Amino acid sequence: MFSLLVLVPFLILVAVNLSKKVAPNVACSLTALATLAQAGFVVSLPGTLLKTNNVIFTWLPDFKLAIDEFSIVVLAAIGIVAFVACCVARSTINDPGQRATFMNLLLVALIGMNTTVMLRDIFSIYLFVETIAIISFVLISIDRGRLALEGAFKYLMLSAFATILMLSSIALMLLFSPTLELSGLAEAMSVYPNPILIKLSIGLFLCGLFIKSGLFPFHWWLPDAYSAAHSAASVLLAGIITKVVGVYVLMRLSLSIFGESLHIQAMVMAVGALSIITGAVLAMTQKNFKRMLAYSSISQVGYIILATGVGTPFAFAAAAFHFFNHATFKSLLFVNAASVEKRLGTMDMREMGGLSNRMPATGITSLVGFLSTAGLPPFSGFWSKFMIVLALWAAGKYFYAAFALLASILTLGYMLILQRNVFFGKLKDGLGGVKEVGPGLVIPQLVLAAIIVLVGVCFPFVLNKFIFPVQSIFLK
Amino acid sequence: MMIDLILLSVLLIMVIWTVMAIRLVRSAVGLALTSVVLSILMFRLNASLAAVFELSVCAGLISVIFITTISFTRRMSKSDFKTRRRQRLSKFWPLPLIIIAAAILLFWRHFPSEVIFIRVPAENVRDVLWNTRHIDLFGQVLVLLAGAFGVVALFKENKK
Amino acid sequence: MNVSLFGLFSVFVILLFIAGTYSILVTFNLIRALIGIEILIKAVTLLIILAGYLTGNLGLAQAIAITLIVIEVVFMVVAGGIVLSIFRHHGTIDTRNLRDLKG
Repeated sequence: MFSLLVLVPFLILVAVNLSKKVAPNVACSLTALATLAQAGFVVSLPGTLLKTNNVIFTWLPDFKLAIDEFSIVVLAAIGIVAFVACCVARSTINDPGQRATFMNLLLVALIGMNTTVMLRDIFSIYLFVETIAIISFVLISIDRGRLALEGAFKYLMLSAFATILMLSSIALMLLFSPTLELSGLAEAMSVYPNPILIKLSIGLFLCGLFIKSGLFPFHWWLPDAYSAAHSAASVLLAGIITKVVGVYVLMRLSLSIFGESLHIQAMVMAVGALSIITGAVLAMTQKNFKRMLAYSSISQVGYIILATGVGTPFAFAAAAFHFFNHATFKSLLFVNAASVEKRLGTMDMREMGGLSNRMPATGITSLVGFLSTAGLPPFSGFWSKFMIVLALWAAGKYFYAAFALLASILTLGYMLILQRNVFFGKLKDGLGGVKEVGPGLVIPQLVLAAIIVLVGVCFPFVLNKFIFPVQSIFLK
Repeated sequence: MMIDLILLSVLLIMVIWTVMAIRLVRSAVGLALTSVVLSILMFRLNASLAAVFELSVCAGLISVIFITTISFTRRMSKSDFKTRRRQRLSKFWPLPLIIIAAAILLFWRHFPSEVIFIRVPAENVRDVLWNTRHIDLFGQVLVLLAGAFGVVALFKENKK
Repeated sequence: MNVSLFGLFSVFVILLFIAGTYSILVTFNLIRALIGIEILIKAVTLLIILAGYLTGNLGLAQAIAITLIVIEVVFMVVAGGIVLSIFRHHGTIDTRNLRDLKG
């Protein structure tokens, strides 16, 4: 059953490319359907299916993929964001050839992400992460604008460096472990006598992941890449790709490899906290809509990493919850940015103002995204941030708990700046002719806003069905 | 051991030449030679299949890619060449010194002196690749697909 | 000289790392930066094969190295494509002319 998550996109990819007659719009619709089906399928899974066995399916003798409660949350997020990216691509990429290429890349990225989420072997994880990274270079540079190409090259260089770090770490792991499967690796680490080598290998891998997820010391590639990319590509990148490639892998490793090492936990938490503050402060100074969202993304990912570093089951569940919420509200804000860019043709916030009057749907949904990002009740972002603070407090990290709480005021600050400059207030001169965008962009906005509101309002249900089960991974 | 030392030194000299060569084409050739020396080292470490791959793909295909890329970009003129040489010398003269200093330091400290290896029974690479790592083969297919679509996206002319 | 095989190789791997990183940091040329990445990948390949040789796990190490070589080729093709596109836009591959993005 789960193999369909990989097979269906693969079949669509083959079908779309084999026959010349398939129009890009058909590819779009097929992919959108597949991603929606994915989200619906994983959300509707009965909890008992997962409790029985961890490794669920094998195609060939050793084609092992596994799925657990955490994977479910991530797979749902992947489905939703990929669907949204499909819709955005359909209405913002005009050239049909380019749209076809975008759909192909999206499908390969979808297969890669779905497989990554189900892998339990560190080298295979690296391989798929690298595949997705190569796709992201192309996605960033897809319309071959000057800034986009430079952003892509910057990302390419840093990503290559991250690759080197991760591979050296894998080479060191080969020295003390006969296998690269996560469970076998954890076993080998627990009996190996030289802790320095183990810490070195984990540290190198983590540095690679920090680069890939755009965390504090290595964050500077991310705003360039996000803001220069095409709207549809930036929704996909900011919403899910960098999260799966960096954050998900980091969380998976913390679960199975370095969960108990105090030094590494301290390092992860420090990086998370520094990212929160750097992202928030830099976001305040931005003049470009997308750049501001990119810095905000750094800050929000910092929260996920901070919670991951705590190492308790509750904190991990909170991190997983924030992962999902971040995927939804950040893609919502990027779709808003895409709508504004489609109508205004610019991303400079000094040329915007009062757009809520002219674009009501965009204005209202962006308000939902904004309130959720800032962590105000009753939206989904409030609950996950609340859980993170609670988990930090319960684990005795009082400083970090207070820090997370204070930093969310900063979040409120920069999101307020954004709203005031773009959507609130009086309409700027010369924007009188601006109309609401077409249904191709309004529908994904409404879908995402509905998800955010629903998750926030039906919070107890979501918590019991999806988030608390994540804690049970620790018992296995 | 002695042969390994000599080969490693040759490898290092090749790399330094690659980094310091003034013309890009020579750098690319230096990279190919580095690959050749590396594949000899891999043969000596009993990794014959990987060595063949290194020799054919890295020394062959990647040099072709690099030289093609370089030939599409602009060639330096004679006067450019002279100023560039001076600039590069001023930028790169510390590299050999840094490398020699680092080498002396590392050998003097007997850098990783006691590392314990966990030995495992040997397996054939073909068995590993074809029988226990299917998922990697799938990943390779996916990487190649990504590369193919990437080339399409980067080189196809837009219909305006 | 009293150095183990691992000591000898790892020292040289570190020296290769230094050379590659130095060339990436110092150069202004996009293609040279890619060559620096190539040097680093060579060093990592050597390290992986060495680890396989020392632990007797050569099957796994070679499988990894071969996969790595495939990735390397695809990566370089895409990177070369991006460099060529940048060259078409700017007429140069010198990073000093590409400072439009503020980090």
